[in-house]
Amino acid sequence: MKRIFGWGRRLGAVLSDNRGGPWGPGGGDDGGSGGGGDGGGPRNPWGPRRRKPGRPAGEVTSLDEFLKKSRDRFGGGFGGGFSTGGRPYWLYGLIAFIALWMLFTSVHRIGPQQRGVVTLFGRYASTLRPGIGFSFPYPVGSVAKLDVEEIRNVEIPTGRGENLILTGDQNVIDLKYSVRWNIKSPELYLFRIANPDATISEVAESAMRAAVARVSLDDAIGAGRADIEQRVAQSMQQLLDAYGAGVQIQGVAIRESVPPPAVNDAFLEVSAAQQQAQSYMNDARAYALQQTARSQGEAAAFEKVYAEYRAAPEVTRRRMYYETMERVLSRVDTTIVEAPGVTPYLALPEIQRRALPAPQTQGGPAR
Amino acid sequence: MISVLRNPIALGIGAILLLILVASTFAIVPETKQAVVVRFGEPQRILNRYQPNEPFGRSAGIAVRIPFMEQIVWIDKRIQSVEMDNQQVLSTDQLRLQVDAFARYRIVDPLRMYISARNEENVSTQLQPILGSALRNELGRRPFAALLSPERGQMMDNIQTALNRVARQYGAEIVDVRIKRADLPEGTPLESAYQRMRTARQQEARSIQAQGLKQAQIIRADADAEAANTYAGAFNQDPEFYDFYRAMQSYDLSFNNQQTGDTPRGRTSIILSPNNEYLRQFRGNR
Repeated sequence: MKRIFGWGRRLGAVLSDNRGGPWGPGGGDDGGSGGGGDGGGPRNPWGPRRRKPGRPAGEVTSLDEFLKKSRDRFGGGFGGGFSTGGRPYWLYGLIAFIALWMLFTSVHRIGPQQRGVVTLFGRYASTLRPGIGFSFPYPVGSVAKLDVEEIRNVEIPTGRGENLILTGDQNVIDLKYSVRWNIKSPELYLFRIANPDATISEVAESAMRAAVARVSLDDAIGAGRADIEQRVAQSMQQLLDAYGAGVQIQGVAIRESVPPPAVNDAFLEVSAAQQQAQSYMNDARAYALQQTARSQGEAAAFEKVYAEYRAAPEVTRRRMYYETMERVLSRVDTTIVEAPGVTPYLALPEIQRRALPAPQTQGGPAR
Repeated sequence: MISVLRNPIALGIGAILLLILVASTFAIVPETKQAVVVRFGEPQRILNRYQPNEPFGRSAGIAVRIPFMEQIVWIDKRIQSVEMDNQQVLSTDQLRLQVDAFARYRIVDPLRMYISARNEENVSTQLQPILGSALRNELGRRPFAALLSPERGQMMDNIQTALNRVARQYGAEIVDVRIKRADLPEGTPLESAYQRMRTARQQEARSIQAQGLKQAQIIRADADAEAANTYAGAFNQDPEFYDFYRAMQSYDLSFNNQQTGDTPRGRTSIILSPNNEYLRQFRGNR
């Protein structure tokens, strides 16, 4: 590139030599910058004319002079000067430009993840493998580089909205999923399908809806998801192959499969009910444990006492009787009525408080 | 001739003319396009026409035409899509369904397409209403449940056949027809579906709760039975002693003036007859 600038600068210098020319110093400068711009030597003589249309007609002769001069300068002019010993800078520039052009447009570096589809006058010629590949330079041949390894992602729905889908049992779910794909065949991908990305997302949507329409609501939001993913990937691949899209579906992933927000509360009720049923059962189990433990404890206690009792029935019985009575009578108010004819006056404070007076007459224990 | 070559202006003009001539003679036909060559409005020949199963790199490339007389009309060779948005379809059981569908087609007869439709957009706009009506006709003959069932495939085939009949008049071939979305329409149908889902869930919730209660009751009853069994096993060894033992425990618990917890207990008074068994020794007689 430096060389090109060098050429341009020299070209500019050559032209700005022309200070005494017909346009004076300002015109010369203009010409110089015009010439130095892109190495397009041949355009130079016309440049200034276009730039200054209001030039007086009398100076036309100066143009002829200038042309003659510059023809000398450029080593004999445009026509026959190719082989003369002058310095056709513009020609060198052109050659260098063409050489660079050819270099840049006919040698292609294809990355390890890429393929290059070569077309020759629009006709498919070959597909370049990773490495350095060659083609004809640009207008004749052209190379489209495609990344075939990159896994692309299509999100459905795009954005945050809900994506309602009817299930087989005519319920509605809100389903969000993504499709991963890559290019299987670059030439098919380029030439077969108009708008491949939109095609993939449409096919995905269609396949997903068909798959969800086969399963029930519970499967779609629960256990059947993996199955749906697989089925969608399969049918998408089939469809795209039928179109000749040159696309490989890597996988379908359901990101979210939930009941729609409008009925979410009812679904939450179900899980609340499950929790509640569980807690009922937990309570019952706790009660059961308690009950069992208590019965076992009491039975064990009884058996211990009974073992003692069997050893000495009469004494044990008496002892237990007295001990119990002792405890009971020490805690309650005891009145002993000696004579059979006396009626006791019961001034029990409870009478005021209670609806029914409840004096308890103990005729003695049952035995 | 030499003088012309020496004149840069003439040379430039000549080069430009040559360029124009070359550009209007040769045309590059890319793989993605087919073309009809038209001479004064009259179609002459077809370039890079779609052939099934033809590999790439056969017919695309440079094409020649007579400059200024022949024009090239470009037509896409790739598969294209017609979309039909939001048609309401009424099933035989009077249920409404909101349907989005798409058809994929390609132009297989560029000449016919050029004559009947001029360009691809026209083909699309012509096919669109036909797709809609074919879909409505076919779906309207089925009950709602069938629209969701796997036999949708058969319906799609029928629609494709119907659509293909029309498409052929435009030189197009329908590759595939598919339903993209089939939704319940907003408003009452969707709302009533939601209501149905809600009640179904509530029913499920209640039945789960009832099942839970039932299980809990069974667990309790089992525990009671087991406890009773344990008691019986122990107490049945001597029912007479049990009666005494339990009575003692019961007295101990019942005649208890001490307050337990925060439930106040009634004061208990016991009036004993001197004949009471407890006072047997108190009387001093044997």
